[in-house]
Amino acid sequence: MSLLVVENASRHFGSLVAVDSVSLVVPPGELRAIIGPNGAGKTTFFNLISGFFPPTSGRILFAGRDVTQTSPEQRVAMGMARTFQITEVFPELSVRENLRIAVEVATGLRLSPWLTRAANAQIRQRIEVLLRMGGLEDKASRLAGELPHGDQRAAEIMMALALKPQLLLLDEPTAGMGDQETYDITQLIRRLHKEQKLTIVLIEHDMRVVFHLADRITVLAEGAVLGEGTPEEIAKDERVQAAYLGKAA
Amino acid sequence: MRRVPAVAWTVLIWLMLVTMPYWMNGLGGYTELASRVLVLGLAAMSLNFLLGFTGVLSFGHAAYFGLGAYGAAMTIKYIYPSTPLGILVGVATGTLAAMVIGALIVKLRGVYFAMVTIAFGQVFYFIAFRWNSVTGGDDGVSGWKRQALDLGFTQINILGNDKAFYYFVLVCFAVAVTLMWLLLRSPFGRTLLAIRENERRARFLGIPVERHIWLSFVISCCFASLAGTMYALLNNFTDPRALRWDQSGTFVIMAVLGGMRSFWGPLIGAGIFVVLQDYVSSHTENWMSVIGLFFVLVVLFFPRGVLGMLRRKGLT
Repeated sequence: MSLLVVENASRHFGSLVAVDSVSLVVPPGELRAIIGPNGAGKTTFFNLISGFFPPTSGRILFAGRDVTQTSPEQRVAMGMARTFQITEVFPELSVRENLRIAVEVATGLRLSPWLTRAANAQIRQRIEVLLRMGGLEDKASRLAGELPHGDQRAAEIMMALALKPQLLLLDEPTAGMGDQETYDITQLIRRLHKEQKLTIVLIEHDMRVVFHLADRITVLAEGAVLGEGTPEEIAKDERVQAAYLGKAA
Repeated sequence: MRRVPAVAWTVLIWLMLVTMPYWMNGLGGYTELASRVLVLGLAAMSLNFLLGFTGVLSFGHAAYFGLGAYGAAMTIKYIYPSTPLGILVGVATGTLAAMVIGALIVKLRGVYFAMVTIAFGQVFYFIAFRWNSVTGGDDGVSGWKRQALDLGFTQINILGNDKAFYYFVLVCFAVAVTLMWLLLRSPFGRTLLAIRENERRARFLGIPVERHIWLSFVISCCFASLAGTMYALLNNFTDPRALRWDQSGTFVIMAVLGGMRSFWGPLIGAGIFVVLQDYVSSHTENWMSVIGLFFVLVVLFFPRGVLGMLRRKGLT
């Protein structure tokens, strides 16, 4: 069964058609990259999947359930987590506290006015695991907002991961990063995909990253699907080259 | 690094509070002034539960403060002369109003939220002001007094003994403040910080933001109305000004003055405000302009408030 199915999703903003009848099927365990020139509707499409706003028409199914009209919170509870193009962390809290909030919410403690010793020990343990996975052990006590961009992104991804998602949505995970940071984040995503068998859908501009990571690629242009296939197929596709790769490279 | 000074501050503040009636007189104050600091400090700290730790600005907290005051005053005057019953009714009234109003406004953000809280606050003000037959209108509710506490084995005279009343207020204050402190350190409290820090991130971590803001608003108003009941008891009187928007404004000023990112900041702000008001108003009628000037200076030069400034100095 497919984990994520999008059927003919469209989103209009007034007369602007940002996403025009896009369909997408992602099986469990796949890493899917969505690429396309600026203004192709990639982020709008992501917002439809994660529930930021509902589609004007079309359906979205997640793990076999119709989630088209559900709230972001409900989708998170069902196992969908996302990051944002502009990193969204809790800037004036430490990295550890950032992760703690995510872990506590994921443990179903969001309304809890107290914490038992046992629960607290488990939460701490989980936080340490996430810190290690994200390579953030020595930055755990620093304020998230003071970290370099790459570390903030790693923290954001770890917060999403704290939710133990079935599907991880990454909106331009390497946007605005230098070479070393891009490399580190790419390796991190690769590990999550390979070691945790996590299903990931990501939007990305950096073609090196895309071709390094993706199992399959979907190309969007002007709100519609221009092509879909393995990285090799996409690299050869002439329409894609004309619309996107040719100009970008 | 930050932990040690925080504990030191807490110990210092409790010590000062426990001994306040004794040194307040030495500074030219009086015990009633100390009680006033506590009461308004509790109101400002309650507001700050929402403002500083959830990131939501209410400009209408006097409504719940005033409802607490009227609830206590009218209960003691008309229903049954018991101080605890008055407090209970006052807090219940304020909290109930907050539950209803909170549900109506919780989707609003920023300045819209603030404006609507003012508007709802003014509704209560005008009801109290106009409904002469019930609320006494502009004259307020007078002709009643706080009652001695009956503990069964003994009675505590909080009416005739200023110090006894101070310590009664301090006990209520301590309970309220400890509850807020525990809440803020709980998983629930951390979701509020999350909302303050980044609402979008909070939502996409699975926190139903509106429901949590509503809870924070109700908790905040509950403690504000407790402060309101104490205010009525302190004065043996209440009038519509306790509900008016400028009263809400003083709570915000106290919170910002003391430092709204710190737990104790608003109490410090309330202390400065109350003492300054008492001192300056004995010299000039335009005491508000002096406090206003002081406020502007603090906001300009110490945007994190007085306590924020002291803390920063302590660190470097």
